[in-house]
Amino acid sequence: MADTIDIRPGFADPVAASQKVFRAVLDAMSRPGRIGTIDETIEPPAPLSVGAASLLLALADHDTPLWLAPEIRTPATAAFLRFHCGSPLTDDPGEAAFAVATGDSLPALDGFSVGDDAWPETSTTVIVQLDELTEGSGLTLTGPGIATEHRLAVTGLRDGVWPEWTANGALFPRGIDLVLVADRRIAALPRTTAVRTED
Amino acid sequence: MSTVIPHPTASTATEATQARIEGYNFAYLDEQTKRMIRRAILKAVAVPGYQVPFGSREMPLPYGWGTGGIQVTAAVIGPDDTLKVIDQGADDTTNAVNIRRFFAKTAGVATTDRTVDASIIQTRHRIPETPLTEDQILVYQVPIPEPLRQLEPRESETRKMHALEEYGVMHVSLYEDIAKFGRITRSYNYPVRVNGRYVMAPSPIPKFDNPKMDRMPALQLFGAGREKRIYAVPPYTEVKSLDFEDHPFEVETWEENCALCGAGDSYLDEVIVDDQGTKMYVCSDSDYCRERREAGHVGDGGPNSGGPQ
Repeated sequence: MADTIDIRPGFADPVAASQKVFRAVLDAMSRPGRIGTIDETIEPPAPLSVGAASLLLALADHDTPLWLAPEIRTPATAAFLRFHCGSPLTDDPGEAAFAVATGDSLPALDGFSVGDDAWPETSTTVIVQLDELTEGSGLTLTGPGIATEHRLAVTGLRDGVWPEWTANGALFPRGIDLVLVADRRIAALPRTTAVRTED
Repeated sequence: MSTVIPHPTASTATEATQARIEGYNFAYLDEQTKRMIRRAILKAVAVPGYQVPFGSREMPLPYGWGTGGIQVTAAVIGPDDTLKVIDQGADDTTNAVNIRRFFAKTAGVATTDRTVDASIIQTRHRIPETPLTEDQILVYQVPIPEPLRQLEPRESETRKMHALEEYGVMHVSLYEDIAKFGRITRSYNYPVRVNGRYVMAPSPIPKFDNPKMDRMPALQLFGAGREKRIYAVPPYTEVKSLDFEDHPFEVETWEENCALCGAGDSYLDEVIVDDQGTKMYVCSDSDYCRERREAGHVGDGGPNSGGPQ
Protein backbone atom coordinates (compact mmCIF):
# COMPACT_ATOMS: atom_id res chain seq x y z
CA MET A 1 0.00 0.00 0.00
CA ALA A 2 1.26 3.44 -0.90
CA ASP A 3 2.23 5.83 1.84
CA THR A 4 -0.38 8.47 2.54
CA ILE A 5 0.54 12.05 3.33
CA ASP A 6 -1.43 14.13 5.75
CA ILE A 7 -2.19 17.37 3.87
CA ARG A 8 -2.62 20.26 6.30
CA PRO A 9 -5.55 22.64 5.77
CA GLY A 10 -5.06 25.91 3.88
CA PHE A 11 -6.92 29.15 4.58
CA ALA A 12 -10.27 28.70 6.34
CA ASP A 13 -11.69 31.59 4.27
CA PRO A 14 -9.53 31.71 1.12
CA VAL A 15 -11.20 34.79 -0.41
CA ALA A 16 -10.77 37.05 2.61
CA ALA A 17 -7.39 35.64 3.64
CA SER A 18 -5.89 35.96 0.16
CA GLN A 19 -6.94 39.60 -0.01
CA LYS A 20 -5.44 40.40 3.41
CA VAL A 21 -2.18 38.60 2.66
CA PHE A 22 -1.93 40.32 -0.74
CA ARG A 23 -2.40 43.74 0.86
CA ALA A 24 0.35 42.93 3.37
CA VAL A 25 2.72 41.99 0.53
CA LEU A 26 1.65 44.96 -1.58
CA ASP A 27 2.35 47.26 1.34
CA ALA A 28 5.71 45.57 1.95
CA MET A 29 6.66 45.81 -1.74
CA SER A 30 5.54 49.47 -1.91
CA ARG A 31 7.48 50.46 1.21
CA PRO A 32 10.65 48.34 1.17
CA GLY A 33 11.93 47.48 4.62
CA ARG A 34 8.64 48.15 6.42
CA ILE A 35 7.58 45.01 8.25
CA GLY A 36 4.07 43.68 7.87
CA THR A 37 2.38 40.85 9.73
CA ILE A 38 0.44 37.88 8.38
CA ASP A 39 -2.45 37.21 10.78
CA GLU A 40 -3.84 34.07 9.18
CA THR A 41 -4.14 31.00 11.38
CA ILE A 42 -2.66 28.17 9.38
CA GLU A 43 -0.23 25.46 10.40
CA PRO A 44 1.77 24.67 7.27
CA PRO A 45 4.03 21.61 7.23
CA ALA A 46 7.56 22.32 8.50
CA PRO A 47 9.87 23.84 7.47
CA LEU A 48 7.44 26.11 5.60
CA SER A 49 6.76 29.20 7.72
CA VAL A 50 3.30 30.70 8.17
CA GLY A 51 4.43 33.77 6.23
CA ALA A 52 5.85 31.88 3.23
CA ALA A 53 2.93 29.44 3.11
CA SER A 54 0.39 32.29 3.29
CA LEU A 55 2.12 34.15 0.46
CA LEU A 56 1.96 31.09 -1.77
CA LEU A 57 -1.64 30.27 -0.86
CA ALA A 58 -2.57 33.86 -1.78
CA LEU A 59 -0.52 34.29 -4.95
CA ALA A 60 0.55 30.97 -6.48
CA ASP A 61 -1.55 28.81 -8.80
CA HIS A 62 -1.25 26.63 -11.91
CA ASP A 63 0.28 29.56 -13.83
CA THR A 64 3.25 29.93 -11.47
CA PRO A 65 5.98 27.28 -11.36
CA LEU A 66 7.43 26.97 -7.85
CA TRP A 67 10.97 26.16 -6.90
CA LEU A 68 11.59 24.94 -3.38
CA ALA A 69 15.08 24.75 -1.90
CA PRO A 70 16.05 21.10 -1.18
CA GLU A 71 15.70 21.51 2.61
CA ILE A 72 12.17 22.88 2.15
CA ARG A 73 10.99 20.43 -0.51
CA THR A 74 9.76 17.58 1.68
CA PRO A 75 6.94 15.22 0.68
CA ALA A 76 4.64 17.09 3.09
CA THR A 77 5.41 20.61 1.80
CA ALA A 78 5.29 19.49 -1.83
CA ALA A 79 1.92 17.81 -1.29
CA PHE A 80 0.59 20.84 0.61
CA LEU A 81 1.53 23.29 -2.16
CA ARG A 82 0.49 21.00 -5.01
CA PHE A 83 -2.90 20.44 -3.42
CA HIS A 84 -3.75 23.99 -2.31
CA CYS A 85 -2.05 26.05 -5.01
CA GLY A 86 -2.03 23.60 -7.90
CA SER A 87 1.39 24.92 -8.84
CA PRO A 88 3.86 22.79 -10.77
CA LEU A 89 7.08 22.24 -8.80
CA THR A 90 10.19 22.83 -10.86
CA ASP A 91 13.77 21.67 -10.34
CA ASP A 92 15.15 24.69 -12.17
CA PRO A 93 15.15 27.95 -10.15
CA GLY A 94 15.61 29.78 -13.46
CA GLU A 95 12.08 28.94 -14.56
CA ALA A 96 10.29 29.60 -11.26
CA ALA A 97 7.76 32.40 -10.80
CA PHE A 98 8.09 31.96 -7.03
CA ALA A 99 10.95 30.36 -5.13
CA VAL A 100 11.23 29.55 -1.43
CA ALA A 101 14.62 29.22 0.23
CA THR A 102 16.16 29.39 3.69
CA GLY A 103 18.32 32.42 4.42
CA ASP A 104 21.44 30.57 5.56
CA SER A 105 21.50 28.38 2.44
CA LEU A 106 20.06 30.84 -0.11
CA PRO A 107 21.39 29.92 -3.58
CA ALA A 108 23.30 32.51 -5.61
CA LEU A 109 20.81 35.18 -6.69
CA ASP A 110 21.82 34.96 -10.35
CA GLY A 111 20.51 31.40 -10.53
CA PHE A 112 16.93 32.67 -10.54
CA SER A 113 15.14 34.14 -13.53
CA VAL A 114 15.91 37.85 -13.91
CA GLY A 115 13.41 38.29 -16.74
CA ASP A 116 14.07 40.12 -19.96
CA ASP A 117 14.66 43.81 -20.70
CA ALA A 118 11.44 43.80 -22.73
CA TRP A 119 9.54 41.61 -20.22
CA PRO A 120 11.02 42.39 -16.79
CA GLU A 121 7.90 41.09 -14.98
CA THR A 122 8.86 37.50 -15.81
CA SER A 123 11.57 37.40 -13.13
CA THR A 124 11.39 35.17 -10.05
CA THR A 125 9.98 36.46 -6.77
CA VAL A 126 12.21 34.81 -4.16
CA ILE A 127 10.73 34.19 -0.71
CA VAL A 128 13.51 33.89 1.87
CA GLN A 129 12.80 32.37 5.27
CA LEU A 130 14.84 34.07 8.00
CA ASP A 131 15.18 33.71 11.76
CA GLU A 132 14.33 37.31 12.54
CA LEU A 133 13.38 40.64 10.97
CA THR A 134 13.61 43.90 12.90
CA GLU A 135 12.93 47.45 11.82
CA GLY A 136 15.00 50.47 12.80
CA SER A 137 18.58 49.17 12.70
CA GLY A 138 20.92 47.13 10.52
CA LEU A 139 20.79 47.55 6.74
CA THR A 140 20.11 50.98 5.25
CA LEU A 141 17.60 50.88 2.42
CA THR A 142 16.94 53.58 -0.17
CA GLY A 143 14.97 53.73 -3.39
CA PRO A 144 11.38 54.01 -4.65
CA GLY A 145 8.85 53.58 -1.84
CA ILE A 146 11.20 55.05 0.76
CA ALA A 147 10.91 58.73 1.74
CA THR A 148 14.50 59.09 3.00
CA GLU A 149 15.81 55.76 4.24
CA HIS A 150 14.51 52.66 6.02
CA ARG A 151 16.54 50.48 8.37
CA LEU A 152 16.06 46.72 8.46
CA ALA A 153 17.94 44.11 10.47
CA VAL A 154 17.93 40.53 9.19
CA THR A 155 19.07 37.46 11.12
CA GLY A 156 19.76 34.12 9.49
CA LEU A 157 20.97 35.23 6.08
CA ARG A 158 24.15 33.75 4.60
CA ASP A 159 27.17 35.98 3.94
CA GLY A 160 27.72 37.60 0.59
CA VAL A 161 24.09 38.24 -0.38
CA TRP A 162 24.32 42.03 -0.50
CA PRO A 163 27.04 42.31 -3.16
CA GLU A 164 24.90 39.92 -5.25
CA TRP A 165 21.90 42.15 -4.54
CA THR A 166 23.78 45.20 -5.81
CA ALA A 167 24.64 43.28 -8.99
CA ASN A 168 20.95 42.35 -9.31
CA GLY A 169 19.99 46.03 -9.01
CA ALA A 170 22.43 46.93 -11.80
CA LEU A 171 20.45 44.73 -14.19
CA PHE A 172 17.39 47.00 -13.94
CA PRO A 173 14.77 46.68 -15.37
CA ARG A 174 15.66 43.00 -15.10
CA GLY A 175 16.18 41.47 -11.69
CA ILE A 176 14.63 39.31 -9.00
CA ASP A 177 12.48 40.65 -6.18
CA LEU A 178 12.88 39.42 -2.60
CA VAL A 179 10.25 38.84 0.05
CA LEU A 180 11.86 38.27 3.44
CA VAL A 181 9.84 36.22 5.91
CA ALA A 182 10.44 35.52 9.61
CA ASP A 183 7.54 33.36 10.79
CA ARG A 184 4.59 35.79 10.45
CA ARG A 185 6.62 38.91 9.71
CA ILE A 186 7.31 39.95 6.14
CA ALA A 187 9.35 42.65 4.43
CA ALA A 188 10.05 43.02 0.74
CA LEU A 189 12.96 44.26 -1.34
CA PRO A 190 11.93 45.01 -4.92
CA ARG A 191 14.84 45.12 -7.39
CA THR A 192 14.89 48.94 -7.13
CA THR A 193 15.92 48.96 -3.46
CA ALA A 194 19.56 49.84 -2.78
CA VAL A 195 20.99 48.15 0.32
CA ARG A 196 23.92 49.56 2.29
CA THR A 197 25.51 47.38 4.99
CA GLU A 198 27.02 48.82 8.20
CA ASP A 199 30.63 48.87 7.06
CA MET B 1 -24.45 83.22 7.91
CA SER B 2 -24.02 82.62 4.18
CA THR B 3 -25.73 79.68 2.57
CA VAL B 4 -23.52 77.16 0.84
CA ILE B 5 -24.01 77.40 -2.92
CA PRO B 6 -24.44 73.97 -4.51
CA HIS B 7 -21.72 72.90 -6.91
CA PRO B 8 -23.06 73.07 -10.48
CA THR B 9 -22.31 69.41 -11.11
CA ALA B 10 -23.87 68.27 -7.82
CA SER B 11 -26.82 65.94 -8.12
CA THR B 12 -29.51 65.87 -5.46
CA ALA B 13 -30.08 62.13 -5.74
CA THR B 14 -28.98 60.26 -2.66
CA GLU B 15 -27.38 56.88 -2.89
CA ALA B 16 -29.09 54.26 -0.83
CA THR B 17 -26.73 52.13 1.20
CA GLN B 18 -26.43 48.89 -0.70
CA ALA B 19 -26.37 45.47 0.81
CA ARG B 20 -23.93 43.07 -0.84
CA ILE B 21 -25.75 41.03 -3.45
CA GLU B 22 -25.60 37.25 -3.41
CA GLY B 23 -24.28 35.04 -6.17
CA TYR B 24 -21.03 36.83 -7.05
CA ASN B 25 -17.58 36.35 -5.61
CA PHE B 26 -16.34 39.12 -3.33
CA ALA B 27 -15.61 42.17 -5.54
CA TYR B 28 -17.01 40.38 -8.63
CA LEU B 29 -13.83 38.82 -10.06
CA ASP B 30 -13.05 35.15 -9.53
CA GLU B 31 -10.07 34.24 -7.35
CA GLN B 32 -7.81 33.04 -10.16
CA THR B 33 -8.27 36.34 -11.97
CA LYS B 34 -7.56 38.29 -8.79
CA ARG B 35 -4.36 36.31 -8.19
CA MET B 36 -3.21 37.02 -11.75
CA ILE B 37 -3.93 40.74 -11.34
CA ARG B 38 -2.31 40.81 -7.90
CA ARG B 39 0.88 39.26 -9.28
CA ALA B 40 0.89 41.84 -12.08
CA ILE B 41 0.45 44.65 -9.54
CA LEU B 42 3.38 43.41 -7.43
CA LYS B 43 5.67 43.30 -10.46
CA ALA B 44 4.39 46.72 -11.56
CA VAL B 45 5.43 48.14 -8.17
CA ALA B 46 8.84 46.46 -8.49
CA VAL B 47 9.44 48.04 -11.94
CA PRO B 48 8.04 51.58 -11.55
CA GLY B 49 6.46 52.93 -14.73
CA TYR B 50 6.73 49.67 -16.71
CA GLN B 51 3.46 48.39 -18.21
CA VAL B 52 2.81 44.82 -17.09
CA PRO B 53 0.50 42.86 -19.45
CA PHE B 54 -2.44 41.14 -17.75
CA GLY B 55 -5.42 39.04 -18.80
CA SER B 56 -8.06 41.74 -18.72
CA ARG B 57 -11.52 40.29 -18.20
CA GLU B 58 -14.88 41.09 -19.68
CA MET B 59 -16.56 43.41 -17.18
CA PRO B 60 -20.23 44.32 -16.92
CA LEU B 61 -19.59 47.70 -18.50
CA PRO B 62 -17.93 48.69 -21.77
CA TYR B 63 -14.25 49.42 -22.35
CA GLY B 64 -13.63 53.10 -21.83
CA TRP B 65 -15.77 53.17 -18.70
CA GLY B 66 -12.96 52.27 -16.37
CA THR B 67 -12.70 48.50 -16.74
CA GLY B 68 -8.96 48.58 -16.04
CA GLY B 69 -9.32 50.66 -12.90
CA ILE B 70 -12.22 48.48 -11.74
CA GLN B 71 -10.19 45.29 -12.13
CA VAL B 72 -7.27 46.79 -10.20
CA THR B 73 -9.62 48.02 -7.47
CA ALA B 74 -11.36 44.61 -7.34
CA ALA B 75 -8.02 42.86 -6.82
CA VAL B 76 -6.91 45.28 -4.09
CA ILE B 77 -10.09 46.06 -2.14
CA GLY B 78 -11.06 44.34 1.12
CA PRO B 79 -14.10 44.51 3.39
CA ASP B 80 -12.44 47.12 5.63
CA ASP B 81 -11.71 49.58 2.82
CA THR B 82 -13.59 52.80 2.14
CA LEU B 83 -13.88 53.59 -1.55
CA LYS B 84 -14.10 56.97 -3.25
CA VAL B 85 -14.59 57.21 -7.02
CA ILE B 86 -14.17 60.40 -9.01
CA ASP B 87 -14.66 61.28 -12.64
CA GLN B 88 -13.17 64.62 -13.76
CA GLY B 89 -12.87 65.53 -10.07
CA ALA B 90 -16.52 64.97 -9.23
CA ASP B 91 -18.05 62.17 -7.15
CA ASP B 92 -21.52 62.42 -8.62
CA THR B 93 -21.05 61.95 -12.35
CA THR B 94 -22.51 58.82 -13.98
CA ASN B 95 -19.26 56.86 -14.25
CA ALA B 96 -18.25 57.55 -10.65
CA VAL B 97 -21.68 56.79 -9.20
CA ASN B 98 -21.94 53.51 -11.08
CA ILE B 99 -18.48 52.26 -10.14
CA ARG B 100 -19.08 53.17 -6.49
CA ARG B 101 -22.40 51.29 -6.54
CA PHE B 102 -20.74 48.33 -8.28
CA PHE B 103 -18.35 47.86 -5.38
CA ALA B 104 -20.98 48.62 -2.74
CA LYS B 105 -23.04 45.81 -4.28
CA THR B 106 -20.36 43.24 -5.05
CA ALA B 107 -17.97 43.85 -2.14
CA GLY B 108 -20.28 45.44 0.43
CA VAL B 109 -17.64 48.08 1.14
CA ALA B 110 -18.21 51.52 2.60
CA THR B 111 -18.10 54.35 0.09
CA THR B 112 -17.44 58.03 0.61
CA ASP B 113 -17.04 61.22 -1.35
CA ARG B 114 -14.61 62.70 1.16
CA THR B 115 -10.99 62.39 0.05
CA VAL B 116 -9.67 62.22 3.62
CA ASP B 117 -12.00 59.32 4.57
CA ALA B 118 -11.09 57.07 1.62
CA SER B 119 -8.54 54.25 1.75
CA ILE B 120 -8.85 53.57 -2.00
CA ILE B 121 -9.62 56.31 -4.53
CA GLN B 122 -10.41 55.27 -8.09
CA THR B 123 -10.08 58.16 -10.48
CA ARG B 124 -10.72 59.17 -14.04
CA HIS B 125 -8.92 62.31 -15.25
CA ARG B 126 -7.99 64.00 -11.95
CA ILE B 127 -5.87 63.72 -8.82
CA PRO B 128 -7.67 65.12 -5.75
CA GLU B 129 -6.51 68.56 -4.61
CA THR B 130 -6.25 67.37 -0.98
CA PRO B 131 -2.79 65.78 -0.60
CA LEU B 132 -2.99 62.00 -0.26
CA THR B 133 -1.40 60.06 2.60
CA GLU B 134 0.55 56.83 3.08
CA ASP B 135 -2.67 55.07 4.08
CA GLN B 136 -4.31 55.63 0.70
CA ILE B 137 -4.08 53.96 -2.71
CA LEU B 138 -4.90 55.92 -5.87
CA VAL B 139 -6.20 53.80 -8.79
CA TYR B 140 -6.23 55.46 -12.21
CA GLN B 141 -8.47 54.47 -15.11
CA VAL B 142 -6.27 54.54 -18.20
CA PRO B 143 -7.47 54.54 -21.84
CA ILE B 144 -4.09 54.41 -23.66
CA PRO B 145 -1.26 53.24 -21.38
CA GLU B 146 1.48 53.51 -24.00
CA PRO B 147 2.94 57.05 -24.03
CA LEU B 148 4.71 56.35 -27.34
CA ARG B 149 1.61 54.98 -29.13
CA GLN B 150 0.80 58.23 -30.99
CA LEU B 151 4.37 58.26 -32.30
CA GLU B 152 4.85 54.53 -32.98
CA PRO B 153 1.76 52.39 -33.56
CA ARG B 154 3.52 49.01 -33.35
CA GLU B 155 3.57 47.39 -29.90
CA SER B 156 6.61 45.30 -30.91
CA GLU B 157 8.53 48.54 -31.53
CA THR B 158 7.40 50.49 -28.45
CA ARG B 159 8.29 47.49 -26.28
CA LYS B 160 11.83 47.57 -27.71
CA MET B 161 12.03 51.33 -27.23
CA HIS B 162 11.15 50.96 -23.53
CA ALA B 163 13.59 48.06 -23.14
CA LEU B 164 16.42 50.07 -24.70
CA GLU B 165 15.39 53.32 -22.98
CA GLU B 166 15.13 54.82 -26.44
CA TYR B 167 12.93 57.86 -25.94
CA GLY B 168 14.39 60.22 -28.53
CA VAL B 169 11.19 60.16 -30.58
CA MET B 170 9.22 61.54 -27.60
CA HIS B 171 11.63 64.44 -27.15
CA VAL B 172 11.49 65.15 -30.88
CA SER B 173 7.70 65.27 -30.68
CA LEU B 174 7.81 67.76 -27.81
CA TYR B 175 10.45 69.78 -29.66
CA GLU B 176 8.27 69.89 -32.78
CA ASP B 177 5.56 71.49 -30.64
CA ILE B 178 8.00 74.20 -29.59
CA ALA B 179 9.18 74.72 -33.17
CA LYS B 180 5.59 75.07 -34.44
CA PHE B 181 3.81 76.80 -31.58
CA GLY B 182 6.54 78.19 -29.36
CA ARG B 183 5.60 75.94 -26.43
CA ILE B 184 4.74 72.34 -25.58
CA THR B 185 1.03 72.21 -26.35
CA ARG B 186 0.03 69.02 -24.53
CA SER B 187 -2.33 69.97 -21.74
CA TYR B 188 -3.34 66.50 -20.53
CA ASN B 189 -1.75 63.04 -20.50
CA TYR B 190 1.54 64.93 -20.41
CA PRO B 191 4.34 62.32 -20.48
CA VAL B 192 6.42 61.76 -17.36
CA ARG B 193 9.61 59.88 -16.55
CA VAL B 194 9.40 57.60 -13.52
CA ASN B 195 12.42 57.15 -11.25
CA GLY B 196 14.69 58.33 -14.08
CA ARG B 197 13.90 55.31 -16.27
CA TYR B 198 10.52 54.58 -17.86
CA VAL B 199 8.56 57.18 -19.80
CA MET B 200 4.95 56.74 -18.64
CA ALA B 201 1.51 58.03 -19.58
CA PRO B 202 -0.03 59.58 -16.46
CA SER B 203 -3.51 58.90 -17.97
CA PRO B 204 -5.57 61.88 -19.21
CA ILE B 205 -5.14 63.99 -16.08
CA PRO B 206 -4.50 67.69 -16.75
CA LYS B 207 -0.80 68.53 -16.62
CA PHE B 208 -1.82 70.66 -13.62
CA ASP B 209 -1.91 67.36 -11.66
CA ASN B 210 1.48 66.03 -12.83
CA PRO B 211 3.47 67.62 -9.97
CA LYS B 212 1.20 65.85 -7.45
CA MET B 213 2.47 62.47 -8.71
CA ASP B 214 6.06 63.31 -7.79
CA ARG B 215 7.06 61.68 -4.49
CA MET B 216 3.41 61.17 -3.53
CA PRO B 217 3.12 59.35 -0.16
CA ALA B 218 0.27 57.19 -1.54
CA LEU B 219 0.76 54.19 -3.83
CA GLN B 220 -0.41 54.92 -7.40
CA LEU B 221 -1.78 52.06 -9.52
CA PHE B 222 -2.87 52.33 -13.15
CA GLY B 223 -5.23 49.95 -14.96
CA ALA B 224 -5.96 49.89 -18.70
CA GLY B 225 -8.70 47.32 -19.42
CA ARG B 226 -8.95 47.43 -23.20
CA GLU B 227 -5.16 47.61 -23.63
CA LYS B 228 -4.61 44.99 -20.90
CA ARG B 229 -1.85 46.77 -18.99
CA ILE B 230 -1.20 47.52 -15.33
CA TYR B 231 1.52 49.87 -14.10
CA ALA B 232 2.44 51.58 -10.88
CA VAL B 233 4.33 54.35 -9.18
CA PRO B 234 5.48 53.38 -5.66
CA PRO B 235 5.24 55.98 -2.86
CA TYR B 236 7.95 58.65 -2.69
CA THR B 237 9.10 57.96 -6.24
CA GLU B 238 10.38 60.66 -8.55
CA VAL B 239 7.93 61.48 -11.35
CA LYS B 240 9.30 64.13 -13.67
CA SER B 241 7.34 65.76 -16.49
CA LEU B 242 9.41 65.78 -19.68
CA ASP B 243 10.70 69.20 -20.68
CA PHE B 244 13.73 71.10 -21.96
CA GLU B 245 16.14 73.34 -20.04
CA ASP B 246 15.03 76.39 -22.01
CA HIS B 247 11.36 75.33 -22.03
CA PRO B 248 10.73 74.10 -18.49
CA PHE B 249 7.49 72.28 -17.62
CA GLU B 250 4.73 74.62 -16.47
CA VAL B 251 1.21 73.99 -15.19
CA GLU B 252 -1.94 75.84 -16.16
CA THR B 253 -2.88 78.96 -14.21
CA TRP B 254 -6.10 80.94 -14.12
CA GLU B 255 -6.71 84.63 -13.64
CA GLU B 256 -9.98 83.73 -11.88
CA ASN B 257 -10.57 82.07 -8.54
CA CYS B 258 -13.31 79.51 -7.92
CA ALA B 259 -16.64 81.38 -7.97
CA LEU B 260 -18.00 79.23 -5.16
CA CYS B 261 -15.16 78.76 -2.68
CA GLY B 262 -12.66 81.36 -3.85
CA ALA B 263 -9.84 78.81 -4.20
CA GLY B 264 -6.91 80.16 -6.18
CA ASP B 265 -4.88 76.97 -6.02
CA SER B 266 -7.20 74.39 -7.54
CA TYR B 267 -7.92 73.20 -11.07
CA LEU B 268 -10.89 75.17 -12.40
CA ASP B 269 -13.64 74.09 -14.78
CA GLU B 270 -15.26 76.66 -17.03
CA VAL B 271 -19.06 76.45 -16.74
CA ILE B 272 -21.36 78.23 -19.21
CA VAL B 273 -24.30 79.57 -17.20
CA ASP B 274 -26.65 81.13 -19.79
CA ASP B 275 -27.44 81.35 -23.50
CA GLN B 276 -25.28 84.46 -23.87
CA GLY B 277 -22.16 82.43 -23.14
CA THR B 278 -21.60 83.94 -19.72
CA LYS B 279 -19.21 81.74 -17.83
CA MET B 280 -18.08 81.04 -14.31
CA TYR B 281 -15.09 79.11 -13.02
CA VAL B 282 -15.49 76.48 -10.33
CA CYS B 283 -13.26 73.85 -8.74
CA SER B 284 -13.18 70.61 -10.71
CA ASP B 285 -12.63 68.73 -7.42
CA SER B 286 -16.13 68.88 -5.95
CA ASP B 287 -15.10 67.51 -2.54
CA TYR B 288 -12.29 70.06 -2.16
CA CYS B 289 -14.70 72.85 -3.10
CA ARG B 290 -17.33 71.67 -0.63
CA GLU B 291 -14.78 71.34 2.19
CA ARG B 292 -13.63 74.88 1.59
CA ARG B 293 -17.18 76.23 1.51
CA GLU B 294 -18.04 74.35 4.70
CA ALA B 295 -14.97 75.91 6.28
CA GLY B 296 -16.41 79.32 5.46
CA HIS B 297 -14.56 80.22 2.27
CA VAL B 298 -16.74 82.12 -0.18
CA GLY B 299 -16.08 82.99 -3.83
CA ASP B 300 -17.48 85.95 -5.71
CA GLY B 301 -20.49 83.88 -6.75
CA GLY B 302 -19.91 84.11 -10.49
CA PRO B 303 -20.97 86.66 -13.11
CA ASN B 304 -24.72 86.75 -12.37
CA SER B 305 -24.57 86.87 -8.61
CA GLY B 306 -23.96 90.56 -8.07
CA GLY B 307 -21.05 89.94 -5.75
CA PRO B 308 -20.30 87.59 -2.87
CA GLN B 309 -23.25 85.72 -1.43
